[in-house]
Amino acid sequence: MATQHSRSAARVMISPAVLLLLAWMLIPLGMTLYFSFQRYNLLMPGAHPWVGLMNYKLFIQNPAFWTALINTLLLVGGVLIATVVLGVLLAILLDQPMWGQGIVRILVIAPFFVMPTVSALVWKNLFMNPVNGLFAWLLPKLGMAPYDFLTQAPLASITFIVSWQWLPFATLILLTAIQSLDSEQMEAAEMDGASALSRFWYITLPHLSRAITVVVLIQTIFLLSVFAEILVTTNGGPGNASTNLTYLVYARSLLNFDVGGGSAGGVIAIILANIVAIFLMRAIGKNLDA
Amino acid sequence: MARAVTPQRKAINTIAAWIIGLLIFFPILWTILTSFKTEAAAVAFPPQFLNFDWTFENYTTVQERSSYFRHFWNSVVISLGSTVIGLIIAVPAAWAMAFVPGKQTKNVLMWMLSTKMLPPVGVLIPIYLLFRQFGLLDTRTGLVIVLTLMNLPIIVWMLYTYFREIPVDILEAARMDGASLRKEIIYILTPMAVPGIASTLLLNVILSWNEAFWTLNLTAAKAAPLTAFIASYSSPEGLFYAKLSAASTMAIAPILILGWFSQKQLVRGLTFGAVK
Repeated sequence: MATQHSRSAARVMISPAVLLLLAWMLIPLGMTLYFSFQRYNLLMPGAHPWVGLMNYKLFIQNPAFWTALINTLLLVGGVLIATVVLGVLLAILLDQPMWGQGIVRILVIAPFFVMPTVSALVWKNLFMNPVNGLFAWLLPKLGMAPYDFLTQAPLASITFIVSWQWLPFATLILLTAIQSLDSEQMEAAEMDGASALSRFWYITLPHLSRAITVVVLIQTIFLLSVFAEILVTTNGGPGNASTNLTYLVYARSLLNFDVGGGSAGGVIAIILANIVAIFLMRAIGKNLDA
Repeated sequence: MARAVTPQRKAINTIAAWIIGLLIFFPILWTILTSFKTEAAAVAFPPQFLNFDWTFENYTTVQERSSYFRHFWNSVVISLGSTVIGLIIAVPAAWAMAFVPGKQTKNVLMWMLSTKMLPPVGVLIPIYLLFRQFGLLDTRTGLVIVLTLMNLPIIVWMLYTYFREIPVDILEAARMDGASLRKEIIYILTPMAVPGIASTLLLNVILSWNEAFWTLNLTAAKAAPLTAFIASYSSPEGLFYAKLSAASTMAIAPILILGWFSQKQLVRGLTFGAVK
């Protein structure tokens, strides 16, 4: 039973966290919004005239925006599909009885702990480099022509690198979920003569739906903001071929010093992230309350 | 009850899982091996797996040329600093929400989660300008502030899910036996809360160590942690694979080891308690 006294004590204990987060959200957000209506470039000192929706118009009319938008969706979608599909298969495999299960699990989750700049540079140089990379040696052995991954297929290569980083996360969560599956139900289905495929389809997959939703939600939050991997591999290029929205706003803001335009882009990025978030929260809300 | 499997089946599982596990781990293993090669051996075809002359030269070169340990220390200060400050703010909040839940508790928690949906790039300009204004660009203090605020929702959520599992009945029992509030906190609650706090600390250090948006955008040379230091290898001169590998190995080794200890907490922390 909470007394009046303990309630007010609780309020005091919660308020620092709430106030700090509120400030962290509102002050920068307000500033972004404010700047987005001004003509404001750090290289041009002087007044920052009010220009209405001009920055938004310019940002959206720029073909780079649409390229970046599509790239963002392709990157997020590609990584989600790869990590969820492979994650489910890998989780099922790791759940089987085997020797050295603990060690295999350690090997599988390791990429998650590698910092983004390291994994991107290792893949870029040690593996994908068209002259010295391991793939440059391996492909001819397999009868294939040498291939410059980050130049000829930059977005697909980055999608691959990011998938490698996030596969462990999906696998670990799905494995945790699989391990809570009722084995008696499985055995009953097996005795009734259900095939492995139909057991997977009618028992395992429905059981995993909640965990899959969680994986999709959390990965989407992080994947919309992929940045370091692009910065150190392709710098968004060639052209805009591997520029996502985060990178485009960064380039506009800190490379072109265009505060107004960058802010408009930032607001657009926030709106898009929120649209995705609403969809996901709704999908997850159903799943999480159960 | 574990299901009975034939030895053949078990052997097939084992082989398949080990092959896939080693494939996934291979880039890390290859980086570690390359860090012990000479630059010439690092790019030799056919690739040399173990049959090369092992050398520690790259590790000393990386330190001498670019004062590696300063960046390492920056990473330590930033990740530990932001985590500890985050815990100091979050422990009371999570505590109150877990033990004295009010009508608004659920909403406050959901709102905190929603702040994580805000893409960092949306507030890049204001943070950059504020930092410039207050002289916080390229300082460890600045990064500690940003990372603390960024990870605060995760810390609160994680602690909350741990604290909620502490049985409240035990407090009532202690009260019946005449324990004072002070004794309750010192002898009963604290020991039960410590494992949860430790797990939260561990996971948050890992997340902050690897954070690579703010660290790349807000630091230059002085306060750059390892994420930003490694990024400087993206425009190299001459042969650099072995040195890149040595720098990378040192950057990921501590967190890889911490990470392996934190598998369980990782699931719980990053799913906001939705999957345990």
